[in-house]
Amino acid sequence: MRIIFHIFTLLVIASNSTSAADKAVHGLEIANEADARYSGFGDSRATMKMVLISKAGDQDVRELRVDTLEGKGKDNGDKSLIVFDLPRDVRGTALLTWSYKQQDDDQWLYLPALRRVKTITSNNKSGPFMGSEFSFEDMSPQEVEKYTYKYLRDEACGELTCFVYERFPVDENSGYTKQVVWMDNQEYRVQKIDFYDRKKTLMKTLSVSGYALYSNRFWRAAKMEMVNHETGKRTELHWNDYQFGNGFADADFTRNSLQRAR
Amino acid sequence: MRAIAVFLLCLGLMTDTFGWEVRGAASLEERYFPHESTVVSWQWNSSLALTAEVLHDWNDRNDLFTFVPYVRLDEHDSERTQVDIRELSWVHVEPNWESRVGVRKVFWGVTEGRHLVDIVNQTDFVDQIDEEEKFGQPMINFSTVTDWGIFDVYALIGFRERTFPGEEGRPRLPIPIDADASVYESAAEDHRIDFAARWQLYLGDWQIAISHFSGTSRDPLFVSNVTAELAAVLLTTGAFPATFEPKLTPLYNVIDQTGLELQYLYDGWLLKLEAISRSGQKDRYHAADVGFEYTQSGILGTSLDVGWILEYLWESREPIDASPFDQDWLFGARLALNDAAGSELLLGLLYDPHTEEKVFNLESSRRLNNEIRVSLEARFYADTGTAPQAKVIILGNLKNEPFAKPLSVYSTEDLVQATITYYF
Repeated sequence: MRIIFHIFTLLVIASNSTSAADKAVHGLEIANEADARYSGFGDSRATMKMVLISKAGDQDVRELRVDTLEGKGKDNGDKSLIVFDLPRDVRGTALLTWSYKQQDDDQWLYLPALRRVKTITSNNKSGPFMGSEFSFEDMSPQEVEKYTYKYLRDEACGELTCFVYERFPVDENSGYTKQVVWMDNQEYRVQKIDFYDRKKTLMKTLSVSGYALYSNRFWRAAKMEMVNHETGKRTELHWNDYQFGNGFADADFTRNSLQRAR
Repeated sequence: MRAIAVFLLCLGLMTDTFGWEVRGAASLEERYFPHESTVVSWQWNSSLALTAEVLHDWNDRNDLFTFVPYVRLDEHDSERTQVDIRELSWVHVEPNWESRVGVRKVFWGVTEGRHLVDIVNQTDFVDQIDEEEKFGQPMINFSTVTDWGIFDVYALIGFRERTFPGEEGRPRLPIPIDADASVYESAAEDHRIDFAARWQLYLGDWQIAISHFSGTSRDPLFVSNVTAELAAVLLTTGAFPATFEPKLTPLYNVIDQTGLELQYLYDGWLLKLEAISRSGQKDRYHAADVGFEYTQSGILGTSLDVGWILEYLWESREPIDASPFDQDWLFGARLALNDAAGSELLLGLLYDPHTEEKVFNLESSRRLNNEIRVSLEARFYADTGTAPQAKVIILGNLKNEPFAKPLSVYSTEDLVQATITYYF
């Protein structure tokens, strides 16, 4: 009897651990599928209007242009070039990012007044991007390898059905301990993300809406809204003028091209 | 005023007629010098600056045109009042190289304390006190991006003299500098064609750049107006003739300067080195600026970033020839609030442990709205002694006696500056 009991508990433990591994595998499968559907766009160009909304409802507007070149090979992530148009005092300032799947991204900032390119250190990931509720980390390309995964459940999200899974940043400099992602099971598009800070408390929620299909293949959102539960501040990103097939090459994402991005 | 009217008219024509893009900034600046000068009578100064960027591109952005006119009106200093072309250039881009022709600005370097390696453009010494305001340099530049880094070669056509405060200008030396009587080593004077080249490579977390410049030095030596006969009299009696008015004249030698830049990135650390070796101004000498910047992000759970800067500045020149920053420490803190107003604060202390001289620097700014930014800057000198009289400077130089306090010449020139800038 005792022996049987032991075998039974062992079986329970074993099946639990298989189940945890299964959840990790299933989470990764979802992330990989989402990545597969996202990839193949080659390059894109878009403009973005960022609206910073204080707790009292005061608004600040930023405008920027974003060029992206899809990463090739197994190590290289996307490259992006962001040029600021508003506020006017930072107009012409440009940020070049080379992202990698397994290591810290390289980032350079071009300061037009001094004609100077400055290297940005990689530990400011959690810092706010242009005073917004989006951090540098939120704005950088999302590579599958930057997280580990755990599938939770399927549940309804609006008119869609979503996979709900957790992802855990690999990088110890990340401002987050955990993110909970709602992704629809039709087109594998992020619908919502809950961000948990280093104290493991819910810090921010991102809601993504207005998805439109480009080139019959690529879904891009028109609106992203980040709400900070700790401060009551919000930031809206409004994406416009998406263009694909611009013919960008690596030569368009060098420190030389950064200096003439204007 | 007429200059500004013409300037605005030209801009209007550009945009209306040709549909080019124009960006600009107008700033109003007020300066206050807490100490009375030994030379000029004023302590408050107002100044107005207007700049624009006229941009045009064609051929799918593979050809870019840039025109940056600049106007400054200054209440007291006629040398600071100027109409200038900061940039007028055409950039042509091919897949792996680009050519840049015209008047341009180029920045080289990685450190914060001194920009030793940065040599292409002349400094506008009177416009801003931080020596970061530069004149445009006429040039032909080819740049190519390869797997072994970025190579740049430059032909620098012609030369711009450094500006110095005029008779009524501040901050100033106790002795006037006669910039109109500049002396050149080259027979071509300011028409000499200089050459420069730079190679820069990013290798993982390392950035390395090696550069060479051959041409007329951007920073001059100074010669006094003491004749050989007068020098003999002065060295024996020390008495100046009643009519003698001491002054200095800039001397522009032809130099060769090789520069090295190194930067290593590790987590929040940026380790930096700039070093130069220069020949042509008296004996060959070396100078370096080495240190680090460490950035702490999200201090105490806020969005505050603090960057800590520590650098050591060094020169091999004899004290009589060296700059005041020949054995100095730079301590700095760069604060970014990361708020909607983009508030920033930079505090710096330059400290010479041998002379105990200190220079305190403050730069702070924030946005009022999307078009207006305000800034407050200050520079204070401490433990620099009292400002020597012009004749004492001349005598010391004749006797080859370096100052115990090289910064004493600036000890009355503490400065507070407030600026409001409107961007359009």
